[in-house]
Amino acid sequence: MTTTSQALNPSGELMLLTRRYRTTRTITSVLKYFVLIVLSLSFLFPLYWMVATALKDDPQVYTLPPILIPSPAHWENFIKGWTFRYNFTQFAINSIFRYGIPVTLFTVVSSVISAYGFSRLRWWGRDFLFILCMGTMMLPWQVTMVPLFITYKKLGWLNSYLPLVVPSLFGAPYFIFLLRQFFMGLPEELSDAARIDGASELDILVRIILPLSVPAMAVVALFRFLGAWNDYLGPLIYANREDLFTLAVGLHRLNIAATSMGTTGNAQPYLMAVSTMVTLPVILLFFFAQRTFIEGISMTGLKG
Amino acid sequence: MPPKITFQDVVENKRERRRLWLGLLFVSPWLLGFLLFGIYPLVISFYYSLTRYDLIQSPVFIGFDNYIRTFTRDPRFWTVMFNTAYYVFLSVPLSTITAFLIANLLNTKTAGRSIFRGIIYIPSIVPAVCTAMIWLFLLNIQYGAINGILQALGLRAIPFLSDPNLSKPTLILIAAWACGGSVVIFLASLQDVPRTLYEAAIVDGANAVQRFFNVTVPMTSPVILFNLIMGFIGAWQEFTLPWLLTGGGPAASTEFFALHLYRNAFQNLRMGNASALAWILFIIIIIFTVVLFRTSARWVYYGGGDR
Repeated sequence: MTTTSQALNPSGELMLLTRRYRTTRTITSVLKYFVLIVLSLSFLFPLYWMVATALKDDPQVYTLPPILIPSPAHWENFIKGWTFRYNFTQFAINSIFRYGIPVTLFTVVSSVISAYGFSRLRWWGRDFLFILCMGTMMLPWQVTMVPLFITYKKLGWLNSYLPLVVPSLFGAPYFIFLLRQFFMGLPEELSDAARIDGASELDILVRIILPLSVPAMAVVALFRFLGAWNDYLGPLIYANREDLFTLAVGLHRLNIAATSMGTTGNAQPYLMAVSTMVTLPVILLFFFAQRTFIEGISMTGLKG
Repeated sequence: MPPKITFQDVVENKRERRRLWLGLLFVSPWLLGFLLFGIYPLVISFYYSLTRYDLIQSPVFIGFDNYIRTFTRDPRFWTVMFNTAYYVFLSVPLSTITAFLIANLLNTKTAGRSIFRGIIYIPSIVPAVCTAMIWLFLLNIQYGAINGILQALGLRAIPFLSDPNLSKPTLILIAAWACGGSVVIFLASLQDVPRTLYEAAIVDGANAVQRFFNVTVPMTSPVILFNLIMGFIGAWQEFTLPWLLTGGGPAASTEFFALHLYRNAFQNLRMGNASALAWILFIIIIIFTVVLFRTSARWVYYGGGDR
């Protein structure tokens, strides 16, 4: 007896659903989920191990074979690690209020204005300048690093956040590109109608384009903030004094301190506890803004 | 499509002139930034590359000595070039292929697809410093979890980051752990491939492998190219992970271009030499990108002549 019915398989394949076909399909399906689960576990394991180590004490950390689930769990490691060597609250304030928020705010505003000029206005030379703008993405940071460092030194900006924040007033090519793509997708009739009513271009940008562009601006804000949060090299060069450390630089310093302590004094658990605290906001941000993340990153690749 | 504005229009037509000024006004944030943080340092950097400059005394012009010195007398330079090329040529293709395969796996009808996608994406947004801390600890020769498991299975511990032969492959694997961004990009582009193409291929008798190479790959090739280019540009400049994981060691086996340059600039205060290195890197990246674009005409498919 053979059951026959027509069905579409996942890749859109028109097939006769026979018993043999069903068996193969089950095997492929099982294999697929097996691969996916193994992959997911190996992608997650390092993060799990970070959290698990954060909750252990020294004897649990250095036991062989490794202990998979910390017991007892030392939640106080999060508080002790946060303060035992450096004042990470200060570093968090630096990361968020001196670096992340100003840079994000300035980047969004300046990139939106520039992207508007590159997309919703027609003028001679626009496309040429846009190509130049895209070209600068190829410029390695190392090329401008030395002259900028010397300039900032002459301005007395070393050991401050000015070298990290001021450039964000001037737009970022990558985000200008993203916003331009988005603006070009909005119907031209919206602007035309407003122009007939006598609105200025600034009016049109603020009153018509901006309310429609919240998703795109969210993408820019999210990625820019993450960029600042994760940045290591910038603060290493320019904010390299203990009261100015960001979380990233502070964490690296803590690692140096922990290494010198070796396998004593709960150095590793404390280090992992602070690492967890620095990673956690990023993961939480991902959970709450998953759609913005996925849409944003899809946007970057599609119109390459 | 409105008619193209010519320079003639701008000269003769008052309205076009006003439009030009308005346009420039709007792009002025970027334009000013381009001049101040792009063109100006670019020019000055080239000038510095022709000087000896230690930040204390003013620059001394020495012609192309920094370049000649780098190529002929810098004992590290060719090691650094080899290390960086090794990393670039293995890491970028490996990460791209891995990401592409995972994306294809997720593009089938999968229960919990967004959960799998999320899990694979998350490592790519973990701060690089945390990534370094995690892997330093995981791979530690004495008490790292991975060697702990190996030893529990009766195998010998592997000196992942302390053996010059293993340090670069280890870095490449850690970089591949963070390939989730590309997975999401590929997945989005795979979902844009018209299903009718697959149906037509099946009617023509193509099997799954043939469909992959003759439909999936060509249809997503512009996105693959984009990812390769961005990956290569980034890999040539890789700094944070090797700096934090190995500090360039052991035996300079992970001393990459960016590390060498950073040391020249900020540890040895040889700003002139560092600038010359930066220009060498810039030229390598330009050549690389141009060659990739040129050869891409052979394998990248742009549908419907929209380019």
